[in-house]
This record gives sequence, C-alpha cells and structure tokens, in this order.
Amino acid sequence: MNNEAALPLECPIPISEYPRVTMAHGGGGRLMNDLVEGMMKKAFSNPALLAGHDGAVLDVPDGRQAFTTDSHVVTPIFFPGGDIGTLSVYGTVNDLAMCGARALWLSAGFIIEEGFPMEDLWKVVSSMAKAARKTGVEIVTGDTKVVDRGKGDGIYVNTAGIGVIREGVFVAPSMVRSGDAVVLSGDLGRHGVAIMAEREGIRFGTPVVSDLAPLGDVVLDLMNAGLEIHCMRDLTRGGLAGALNEIAGTADVTFSIEEELVKVTDAVAAACELLGFDPLYMPNEGRFVLVLPADEARKAVEVMRKHETCVYAGIIGRVSPREHVGVVMKSRIGSWRVVDMLSGEQLPRIC
Amino acid sequence: MKYVSEYRNAETAGRYAEAIAAAVTGPWKIMEICGGQTHSIVKYGIDRLLPDELTLIHGPGCPVCVTPVEMVDQAVRLASMEGIVFCSFGDMLRVPGSTDDLMGVKSGGGDVRVVYSPMDAVAIAENNPDREVVFFAVGFETTAPVTAAAVLQAERLGLGNFSMLVAHVLVPPAMELILSGKENVVDGFLAAGHVCTVMGYREYEPMAEKYGVPIVVTGFEPLDILEGILMCVRQLERGTTSVENQYVRVVTRDGNVTAMDMIRRVFQVTDRKWRGLGTIPDSGLKLRKRYAAFDAGRKFGVGGHSVEESESCMAGSVLMGRIKPGECPAFGTECTPERPLGAPMVSAEGACAAYYRYRPYGNPGGESA
Repeated sequence: MNNEAALPLECPIPISEYPRVTMAHGGGGRLMNDLVEGMMKKAFSNPALLAGHDGAVLDVPDGRQAFTTDSHVVTPIFFPGGDIGTLSVYGTVNDLAMCGARALWLSAGFIIEEGFPMEDLWKVVSSMAKAARKTGVEIVTGDTKVVDRGKGDGIYVNTAGIGVIREGVFVAPSMVRSGDAVVLSGDLGRHGVAIMAEREGIRFGTPVVSDLAPLGDVVLDLMNAGLEIHCMRDLTRGGLAGALNEIAGTADVTFSIEEELVKVTDAVAAACELLGFDPLYMPNEGRFVLVLPADEARKAVEVMRKHETCVYAGIIGRVSPREHVGVVMKSRIGSWRVVDMLSGEQLPRIC
Repeated sequence: MKYVSEYRNAETAGRYAEAIAAAVTGPWKIMEICGGQTHSIVKYGIDRLLPDELTLIHGPGCPVCVTPVEMVDQAVRLASMEGIVFCSFGDMLRVPGSTDDLMGVKSGGGDVRVVYSPMDAVAIAENNPDREVVFFAVGFETTAPVTAAAVLQAERLGLGNFSMLVAHVLVPPAMELILSGKENVVDGFLAAGHVCTVMGYREYEPMAEKYGVPIVVTGFEPLDILEGILMCVRQLERGTTSVENQYVRVVTRDGNVTAMDMIRRVFQVTDRKWRGLGTIPDSGLKLRKRYAAFDAGRKFGVGGHSVEESESCMAGSVLMGRIKPGECPAFGTECTPERPLGAPMVSAEGACAAYYRYRPYGNPGGESA
C-alpha cells in the first residue's frame, strides 16, 4: 500500500496566484472548484471520490462495520513527528482498529481560516494523502469551508471513517473480565510533550518526537495470531489514566497497574517533571492498551514487539472485580494509590 | 532519570521505613509544610509505609491554595478588562473567586495566558507595547526572587505597560501561627526545601528553640521525605529541638544571598490574609514605594473589598493539622476539585485535593496496601 511516489511533490494548483486561502475558496464558485478539483481530488484520487457525486457511493462488504469520527484542532499544526493532516487520518484509522475493524473509507472536512497559507494547506492535504496510502484507506468524500480571519485557528480537520470487522471478532469494553491482563503498547507521553515543547519553546538535547503512528497493522497481526482480544483503546487526550478509567467504568471492573512497568522515556519524564505534568495523563497518538486473558498476554507482547511502534510493549497490570475506583497503581516505592481521571485539562503546577 | 530516579528507589524506601518503625516509640505528629511534599506523600503513598504511632499533618504550604479570595477577585477583574493581557501560573486558573475564576474569564473572551516564569510576562509586555500586561505573582519565598527579577528587568527596559498583582506569602510566620496556637498538635516540622534553597534556614533556629520543636529542612522526592521523617523522629525520641538539613544537595544555612537581596530590593514585608487561616502579621510581600508603578492593583484601581469564606469549609482546621481532609463533612460531596469550597481543594498541591485525587475512598490496593 506504500505508494507515495504517485503523489505530486508540488501543489497541483498555482499557489503563486493565491498564496493564501480567501473567503472565495469556500464560496462555492470557481475558486473553490479549482481548490477541490486541483488539490484535494488530485491528492486523494480514488474512483468513489472522482465519481463527483454529492456523497460517496460504496460497495459495502457483508458483516459488521465500525463507524467513527474525530475532529482535529491541534496547535501547532506542524509538530516534531507529524502534522494535523497525518494526525487526522491516523486518529480515525486507529479508532477503527481499536474496534477490531480494518479501515476502508474516510471523509475529510476542512474548516480553514481566511488567510491560511496555501502552501501549508497543500502540506496538510499531502500528509493526509500519504497517511491514507500507508494505511490502505481511501478518502472518498469531503467538504471545505472557509471562516473569517480570527474565527478559526488556521485549520481544523474532521475525519469520519468506516471499517469492516471480520467474522467472529467481538472487541468491546463489556468483554473485559476479572483476571484479564493489561498490555501497554509502548512508552507514554511523547505526543503531549512534543506539542507542549513546541508551544512553549522548550528545547531538549534530543527533540522529543510525537509517537504518532498507525495501529492497524499491529492490531491485524494480533488478530491473525488467534488471540482472544477482549478490549483495545488508543491513548489519546486523557492518556493511559483516562483510557483505563473509561474502560473500567463501562466494564465495572478495577485495573491494578504497576508504575515500574509503565515505560516513560527519560526525555518525557524530565519534561513532565519540569512542567509539572504526570505522564499517565499525557496525550499519545500511537499507543494503545490491550486487555486479554492473562495466559495470552505474553504471546500478545511478542507479536506487538515485532512492530517498530511497539518495541516497548509490555504487561502493566491486571483486571479485578470492581472495588470503589476504576484504576489503582502500585507506586515505585511499593505503596498503592488511586489513578483518577483528570477533572479538567492538566495544568502546569507552580512548584 | 538521573538525579530523580535514585530518590524513588523501592528497596531504599523500605529500609527507611524499617528504620523509622524501629526508632518510633511515642505517638508523634509531624507536619510537612510544603504542598509539593504533600503531593509526593500522597502520590507515592509514603504515609502508608509509616508505623501507626506516626501521623503526618499536611501544612498550609500551597501558595495557590492560600491566596485569598479577594486577591483572586482582583485578578478576575483585571483579566476581564479590555486591553489587558493577564499572565498567570497554570494552577491559579481554576482557583475560584467569589463569582468566577480565571478560566471562566478566558472562556468569556479575556486574554488570560499561562506562563512558566514572570520573565515570560515581561517578554509579552516588551513585544506588545500597545497592550497592558499584568502578571499574577503568586508563591512563597521560592518564586519571589524571579518576580523581583522581572520587576527589575521591566524597569531596565523602561516598560510602562507591565505591572503585577503581588500575592507572595512567607512561610515562617505561618509556622509561628501554628506553633503559638493553644490547640497546636504539631510535634515536629519538615520545612520546605525549595523555600530554604532561597532563604537558608537561619530564621528557623530561634523558632525551634522558642517552641521546642525539631525542624528538618526536607526535599521532595520519596526518599528525601522518608529521610526527613527519620531525622525528625530521631530528634523527637532524643528530645532534641534543633534545625537539621536533610536537603543538603541543594540547601545551605545561609541560603542564596543574591536572591534574598533581590527580594529585599523590590519588596517589603506586609500583613497578608491567607485563605482558610485569616490575616497573619508580616506574612506577605508587597512592592516597595520605589516600584509602585508596577503595582497593578494601584494602577487599575482594583481592590479594597472583603469576602466571607464558606462556613461549611473546615480548611482552617485541615491546614492547622486538627483534622484530616476526609474528616470534613463537605469533603468529596459539597467540595470537589471541580467545585472547591476552600483552599486545600483548589490546587493539586492542596491537602484535600491530593486526598481526593489519590485516595477518594480510603485504602486502594486491598491486601497489599
């Protein structure tokens, strides 16, 4: 599926004519048509999109499907390890993968602020096209709106996606059982730190790069290995703490994890110490937790570690019957504490 | 992580816990002053490693928590004014005033920005000469030197558009208030390592002598705190009352002389109201007359009102160590981090917030705890 050569390196529309996006690019007239035909359709090119209907007409395979949507509003738009375009494709493909589904089709909705550099728009669109090719998904329908200067944050991208679930696969929080093992796919917090460092102008000896990565392939390998996957969840905004609390709430269980087993790189740990953040709550874009029967956990870790994004995969805890709270953690010095959800967003502490 | 992970070693922690258990005979109550220490204690479950004879009391050492409602109200009024860029440390944003907090002002269109240093606010003022930039100067002696440096820098740059709302508070007067109280229950103190990094610990020596309590200057990592507790317990058992320094890798007896000079140059000591504790004489810092031009309260005419605190909140008793957070009837019901009634539920470093976050239902982990 890796067919990046087919993508034009230069923007197919003459950027010099309109170096910035104008209100007319979302006005439904010739300029918008030029943008959609010249840029979006060339980059995303596939039969369903090129058919030019009001919506994509698709041949849907038999069986169960998964359907999800995600809006992306990241600042900065370009960050170490990716950009909003790549994020918008991987994010939705990953959400589908967590349902045990293989992503087939995406929609792409752009809300662009007047004055946004056309060259940056092209970078975002080509990142989306590359990410789509890499993950074997087609962007089959879309929408472009332009809002007045000052009423947006450069660009917002919404994607929705449809994926197919193979027969016999049933992955859901309600499948989680007491006695299951919890596997974490890698180190925590790199996306959050990469974004924060960029925003705050913090420099590291070696820059922290976002963990942004597609998870479809590793999930496919896990299913092909015949493992009885009970639940998967990617760790996005609320981090590991948020994901485990959500699952625990739905499944009515308690997760016990061990801090010692949760991998955090030195750079991320140092940045979190400095900024007063907790890696358990830091956002990630290429990490997930897997809950499955304890006797299958080691095999799952083996399968996962074959993938570049999962080299630090490991068992971090277990599931037990519900006792008051969703998640408890054994601290490094051997005592237990509750790992709650954040009440709002994580705010830097004073000292 | 170098210089941090060494101080979180489980084996060494276990050895300290054993040493403490072996040393303790009487029931002792030790107060850790600083909110950063409270946070570590509850986050790592340090108190769970201690024998029953030993009780840790969480002191008033969270500058965010003790900032009075009146000051938060002034911040809210300033941040709501047209043309003002209001800069604050992150955890002040959720601290409730009498009607609103800074987060609410921000969502209502106010230009409220989180900064990591007062110097960031000075830079914003320099880069936006057409805007008024106000910095919310919160913190103990630890952050006061940087605030002072910001004033001096703004003066050097001739910035007429930079000012600050000064809410700095001083630790020793609060300790003295606790010790001099008729109902004092504190037998020994862990003094705040970061405050002492700036101020040294000479000023604690007369206090230890006058009130007959051992004071151990202590760091913030689990092993620092355990060692500080052990040193304090040994003094209590011996019956000695001196000031000792556990945090030797950072703190000296004389402190950071340059930083102290800067504080003295820019600020003078004043009476200050503490949320939950009331007004404590000589417990705050305000700008000296020479720097009055940087006083945002004066510049924009905010201030001068007084606010009654919630009656159902027992923050004062928590901060004085008379009750544990969970013993307050409002804890976790009427009072939560989302809707705090009082100081210690406000910041992550507040005792109530730390308990709410890490042990809302008592003892997690079942048999292993």
